[in-house]
Amino acid sequence: MNAKAIVVTSGKGGVGKTTTTANVGAALARLGEKVCVVDTDVGLRNLDVVMGLEGRVVYDLIDVFEGRCKLRQAIIRDKRVETLHLLATSQTRDKSALSEGRMKETVRALLDDEGFDRVLIDSPAGIESGFQTAASAASGALVVVNPEVSSVRDADRIIGLLESREIPEVRLIINRLRPEMVKRGDMLEVNDVLEILGVKLIGIVPEDERILISTNVGNPASLEESGPKVAAGAAFRDIARRVRGEDVPYPSYDQPTGIFAGIRRIFGGG
Amino acid sequence: MFRNLFNRNKSKDHLKERLKLVLSYDRAKLSPGNMEELKKELLTVIQKYFPADEADYSVKVEQQGDRVVLVANLPVNQPG
Repeated sequence: MNAKAIVVTSGKGGVGKTTTTANVGAALARLGEKVCVVDTDVGLRNLDVVMGLEGRVVYDLIDVFEGRCKLRQAIIRDKRVETLHLLATSQTRDKSALSEGRMKETVRALLDDEGFDRVLIDSPAGIESGFQTAASAASGALVVVNPEVSSVRDADRIIGLLESREIPEVRLIINRLRPEMVKRGDMLEVNDVLEILGVKLIGIVPEDERILISTNVGNPASLEESGPKVAAGAAFRDIARRVRGEDVPYPSYDQPTGIFAGIRRIFGGG
Repeated sequence: MFRNLFNRNKSKDHLKERLKLVLSYDRAKLSPGNMEELKKELLTVIQKYFPADEADYSVKVEQQGDRVVLVANLPVNQPG
């Protein structure tokens, strides 16, 4: 993706926006990019805890917006990956504290003044001002969808709104895919979702309980390279490489029926 | 077992059809209820010009590539 500022969004809540932001952000940083992940879910701050950085938040995005601190003071540097940074949001304010103008200016300053290679913006759920503000500063979008009815419908709505904002690069991440259910015919397969939504795929993340375990301890699964294999962590690392323009094939997730092989054929490896 | 063998009664196929239909309406900013009204009014107008049977008559929105289109299917009775 050419976009340096990428919004992570979904419409529906609880499909994995924050997990995706933390994991793709961490994986991009591990690949050497200077990354800032920005939480815009004002009042429902969570990116800090998912990343295990909650103990280090002093200033937040709204403090920057309202001039109580300098941008640089609000940026938290990760200790595991030195190129990874977090800009937390306010837990006590509400979405009326957001402003499209300030958001655009902050993202511009992160890229131009602070020298970040990539800014990932974690959007709140919904289609109202919080989402609109998060999307306003982005030139690319990662739309996270679960293969179920309400998530797909909401994703379609969000994709329409992103298109009306003329965001040039909109990519889809299918999260929480359960291969055994797909095999039984009880879950939409990847090609079904792509056919319905009509956007380009950038990642398939299988359901993986170790995501919850890594979130419990505040360590993004995509950073766990030496421990037990985390299928979802590897999937997030693959997404980061595709964001950087690499042609990464999709693994099979032990699918004897070969649905992922089909995807590879149709989409030429992503 | 049989179900799997013959690829039928898969819940995901139902879901796919439901989603395609609901998204066509969503994208056209139409509610399915209004569609019924539209169908009745169209039929009244059509019947002024052609002998048309309500039972053979279908109106739906459909996704065709990038566009959502209104498709009316109306068999005109052949005289004699």
